[in-house]
Amino acid sequence: MLWAILQRLWQMAFVMIGISVLVFAIFFATPGADPAARIAGRNASPEILEAVRKSFGFDQPFYVQYLLMMKRIFITGDLTSFVNRGWKVVPAVVDTIPVTLSLVTGAAVLWVIFSIIIGTVAAANRGKWADKLLMILGLIGISMPVYWLGDVMNLITQSRYKDTWLFSWVPPLGYQNFSDSPKGWFLSLVIPWITLAILYIGLYGRVLRANLIEAMQEDYVRTARAKGLSESRILLKHALRTSMISFVTLFGLDFGALVGGSALLTEVVFDLHGVGKLTYDALKNLDLPIIMTTVLYASFFVVAANALVDIAYVFLDPRVRQS
Amino acid sequence: MLSVRDLCVSFRTEQGVLRAIDHVSFDVEAGEILGVVGESGSGKTVSLLAVMGLINDPNATVTGSIRFKGRELVGLKPSDLRKLRGRDMAMIFQDPMTALTPVYTIGTQIAEQITTHQNISKRAALDRAVQLLAEVNIPKPEEAISRYPHQLSGGMRQRAVIAMALSNNPSLLIADEPTTALDVTVQAQILDLVRKLQREHKSSVVFITHDMGVIAEIADHVMVMYAGRIAERANKAEIFRRPLHPYTRALLDSIPPLRGPRPPRLRAIPGAPPSLLHRTEACAFAPRCAKKIEICSLKPALRGTEHEVACHVVNHG
Repeated sequence: MLWAILQRLWQMAFVMIGISVLVFAIFFATPGADPAARIAGRNASPEILEAVRKSFGFDQPFYVQYLLMMKRIFITGDLTSFVNRGWKVVPAVVDTIPVTLSLVTGAAVLWVIFSIIIGTVAAANRGKWADKLLMILGLIGISMPVYWLGDVMNLITQSRYKDTWLFSWVPPLGYQNFSDSPKGWFLSLVIPWITLAILYIGLYGRVLRANLIEAMQEDYVRTARAKGLSESRILLKHALRTSMISFVTLFGLDFGALVGGSALLTEVVFDLHGVGKLTYDALKNLDLPIIMTTVLYASFFVVAANALVDIAYVFLDPRVRQS
Repeated sequence: MLSVRDLCVSFRTEQGVLRAIDHVSFDVEAGEILGVVGESGSGKTVSLLAVMGLINDPNATVTGSIRFKGRELVGLKPSDLRKLRGRDMAMIFQDPMTALTPVYTIGTQIAEQITTHQNISKRAALDRAVQLLAEVNIPKPEEAISRYPHQLSGGMRQRAVIAMALSNNPSLLIADEPTTALDVTVQAQILDLVRKLQREHKSSVVFITHDMGVIAEIADHVMVMYAGRIAERANKAEIFRRPLHPYTRALLDSIPPLRGPRPPRLRAIPGAPPSLLHRTEACAFAPRCAKKIEICSLKPALRGTEHEVACHVVNHG
């Protein structure tokens, strides 16, 4: 088992190196474009262009440029933006990570708990009104765009009902550091968590219900019934346990993508300066070093989340353990 | 022990009501092995699923009477029926490859059945599981309990399933084609095993199969089913020596002979079983029957004492 985990981690490292080469090549070795001009930003003076060329080693071979870049991102961390001159890129990205991680992790906890409850209750009451009601609610949750829902949430909690007992606890928009005030951190994120989680609760609840209903048709469920187990035990210990395998796959993909910047819309609506927001601002300014770093960061996170999912498989699915 | 009277199982479908089991009555005595033969769709599995109370299709209706150890099972509360299932009566299924939950060890799954019905600790249940696995001839049972289903071969899995079914010493074991998915040598071993366990545990066994060869090997009594009805019933020797129903004869004719010259082709039964959706009052086998006479347009009753048969041709001439 340990060997399977180590093997997976080694594969992960390999994929990450591959991605970094690819991302670097896309940004700096695209034929027909001068990377120095792009890094320097719009309307850069010839002096700045020259400085960029020197600092990124564009007069040297490709692999030297690559290694130089990796060194500046991962070892010395002194990559600077030329759009906002002198702005250090790596600390800027590192600063945004706790914001995004707090947002996405909290939402993930909510969506895992509630989607499991909803999916299981719906599957257990298949065809009855509880099932229909939950599935309609799920569909509504999936259909509401997160930026719209976020704005509605803000309208309710920040303006219309701000001063009523119901929402007076909601702090103004923005992120509060956990180390400064754990309570403030929590309160400032409650509404964003709910907003981000609603889509996924609907989605995962529906997927889990379908998986459970499929699992309940399996031969091993018939065996479990023949053993005289109660329906609830069959549903929870046999069907749900087996369905968790595909649930975790889906979760890994979505979680990785969200941490990698896909929570952008939620971050913008709630004024949380996370990775998505940083990437978005950098794209508007064509700030290449920032984009390069956040893209690398995002892809690393997707790869890492997938590796974690694969490791979770080792625990969830005995069939994976030997190979 | 088990006494089934006028059992009917119908399913509501989009095309109308499908009567899968049509007034079937039979008994299983203590300690006997009843072989149930018939082709796919003849109702042999459905009738015994009904006995187990395992038909939970909302479109199904089960009527008639199923008395097990003097207790009426039709209309029994699901929770009471559940207490019998896996304790007093157990069932094993055709495909051992899919019959076990893939994410739990064999030992866990056997222990689960024991602790569901008996008030003993998980530890004691696992010890019992080791004994059971030894009883079904699984090598190194202490190691086998911590194996997952995918780590065992088909034959070993079926042994584990049998061990699980026997874990609470059921008085009735229903085996639904337990050897069909296995290769021939393993088949023979499993049949021997079922015989041996039946003797040791003094259980009754209902053995469902479509293979007359398996019946010859294992059954005491034989019940031949066709289109959801009983065609013929007698003890094994009678059925093989003196088959009366044209369908039983046709089934026996389709087995390759072991002695004598090799026939150029085995005789198959022409046609296909009738649709159960539009039952007529005629004998269900009549359309495929070579001996059909006029009266076959009426449903034949099951007649006889020791050797019962539902056929006008036999009863009238």
